Amino acid sequence: MRNSRATEDVAHGIRCRVFEHSMRNNGGYLSQACSAAEQLAFLYNEALNLGPSTMPLIPPPFGGVPSAGNTDYRTGAGYNGPFDAVHDRLFIAPAHYALVAYACLIEVGRMAPEGLEMFNQDGSSVEMIGAEHSPGMEVHNGTLGIGLSTGAGLAWGRKRRGETGEVCVYMSDGEVQEGQTWEAVQAAAHHGIDNLWALMDVNRQQCDGAMDSVMTVGDIAAKFRNFGAVVAEVDAHDLSALRQAKATPHEGRPLIVLAHSSPTQGMDFLMRRFPRLHYVRFKSDEERAEMNVAIAAELGIAPVDLKGH
Amino acid sequence: MEMVNRPYARAFEAYAVQHPEVLCLSADLTSSCEVDGFRDRHPDQFLSLGMAEQNMLSFAGGLGLAGFRPFLHSFGVFLYRRPYDQLMASIAYPRRQVRLMGFLPGVTTPGGMTHQAIEDISVMRTIPNMTVLEAGDATEVESIVAAADSVDGPVYCRILRGSVPRLFDTPLEIGRMRVLAEGTDVLVITAGITTEEAIRARGALDRAGVSVRHLHLNTLKPFDAAQIVAHAEAVKHGVITLENHLVVGGIGSMVAEALAEAGLARRLIRLGLQDTYAHGGSRPYLMRYYGMDALSLVRAVEGLTGQQTGINEDALGAVRVEAVHSAVKAEAL
Repeated sequence: MRNSRATEDVAHGIRCRVFEHSMRNNGGYLSQACSAAEQLAFLYNEALNLGPSTMPLIPPPFGGVPSAGNTDYRTGAGYNGPFDAVHDRLFIAPAHYALVAYACLIEVGRMAPEGLEMFNQDGSSVEMIGAEHSPGMEVHNGTLGIGLSTGAGLAWGRKRRGETGEVCVYMSDGEVQEGQTWEAVQAAAHHGIDNLWALMDVNRQQCDGAMDSVMTVGDIAAKFRNFGAVVAEVDAHDLSALRQAKATPHEGRPLIVLAHSSPTQGMDFLMRRFPRLHYVRFKSDEERAEMNVAIAAELGIAPVDLKGH
Repeated sequence: MEMVNRPYARAFEAYAVQHPEVLCLSADLTSSCEVDGFRDRHPDQFLSLGMAEQNMLSFAGGLGLAGFRPFLHSFGVFLYRRPYDQLMASIAYPRRQVRLMGFLPGVTTPGGMTHQAIEDISVMRTIPNMTVLEAGDATEVESIVAAADSVDGPVYCRILRGSVPRLFDTPLEIGRMRVLAEGTDVLVITAGITTEEAIRARGALDRAGVSVRHLHLNTLKPFDAAQIVAHAEAVKHGVITLENHLVVGGIGSMVAEALAEAGLARRLIRLGLQDTYAHGGSRPYLMRYYGMDALSLVRAVEGLTGQQTGINEDALGAVRVEAVHSAVKAEAL
């Protein structure tokens, strides 16, 4: 399915929605929207062959966890389209990007704007850390480092079955600190799993701050290549570069696209918070008001009406 | 007593070749888990994942999502200690049909602390959606393959390898414990390799006039608490659990929970590893050293009944062959 909107517009819409939501709720994953907007817009709006959503526009409430007795259980995979042989699957490994991913689902018409109002509300499936049952989430990834392994297993199985749909894992660069990421790449390369590709948001930020101050990871492109992957490196905010990177031949190997991003792209005002960008919370009403005016101006929209919030 | 050589190897191969959705996964312990022949004869159904268990478990979750039923072969301890997070998030939570075949349960390995799965039952039974099975003889090793693969969800199995005695002549059925003796003095509950020990002790206890009721468990989760309570009600002196595992969290704990929830007052002696790690050594040495052998069971029975049986090591040695043969007859119960 191809959306009629330009991917640039989708990306801008993601930033605006996450900004508005964060202003109203006194904080949020603003920086992830800055770095990831083009990437998620690219995935949903053009790169992936997803097919129409099979889920209601307004997300159903939390329907219980998987158990033998919960026969109506459904994951959020249906928001990414039907689970059949020809369509791609998308795992969003950094589950704390959920707010950004939900905003993207709205921008591409897979979820109603009301869905974002359910974000982090008790009894809602639109959870703060994307769960398996949250819109657009297909498996649990809240523990960082397990997404690529799961994707590799699914991709191997799909290849064995002769399915043409590919598996894409959206990753964050902090995950390269987890040993499992490297186990996954070596296994995917060893078994020639080339219907698997990853798009990694390389924003050089993690929960404690700048990655270089927390744990230096070195030249991750070289490391991925040495582990057997084909690697493409691009500017995460350059859509034509992302298109070229996705087209990189990678026969017999997984493809990893390193998308070098700015954690404040489109909201330069956030640089005042650098390097504590993982979750932006306002320290005072004055700061909130100042940020509301400044970032709205950067985004080219009116400041968010904060009355009653 | 018939000894069966490598029952798992033959049983797995016979089953897997009939079921193309079954995949054989290994983490560099392929011959140690008796699937080397399968790897050589059926390479298309075999996946080598190397010494990388965290990836293997999440990868298996992905295979499950693709509609396959992977059998993961490793030492039990390697299937949950390091990759516990992956076990939870990639396998147990989403109820993938992944079969975790855990070799070398408890003290069946001289490998010491790093190789001995002494808390696996405790860990596995607390995981929602998990089924936990344990094989106690060659027949159960053979039948555990199909039994595990019949479960709609993840399964952890304690598997015996190498030369394994045949005690039973009917296959393992999930949820069905074996009643090996229906005495009225004490209730003895065993699983895995401790069942053979209890059969040996029973031979001597019978001669000493102690009437033993003996249950063999092969399904640890789901746990049939009602049946345990009913059997406990049928004995005079109390209950003894004997397990190849820590007594905390394992069968001893399960039985204690069952009795307490039913409000049934019976003394309970829990034999097994008592809040301690084990070390490297032979199986008979370790079972003796940690109080998990037939003689330890006899002493526990004496403690419950308050009667000395006069049974010593020699008496147990004398009944060894005869008692194990009688186990086949006991199966008729």
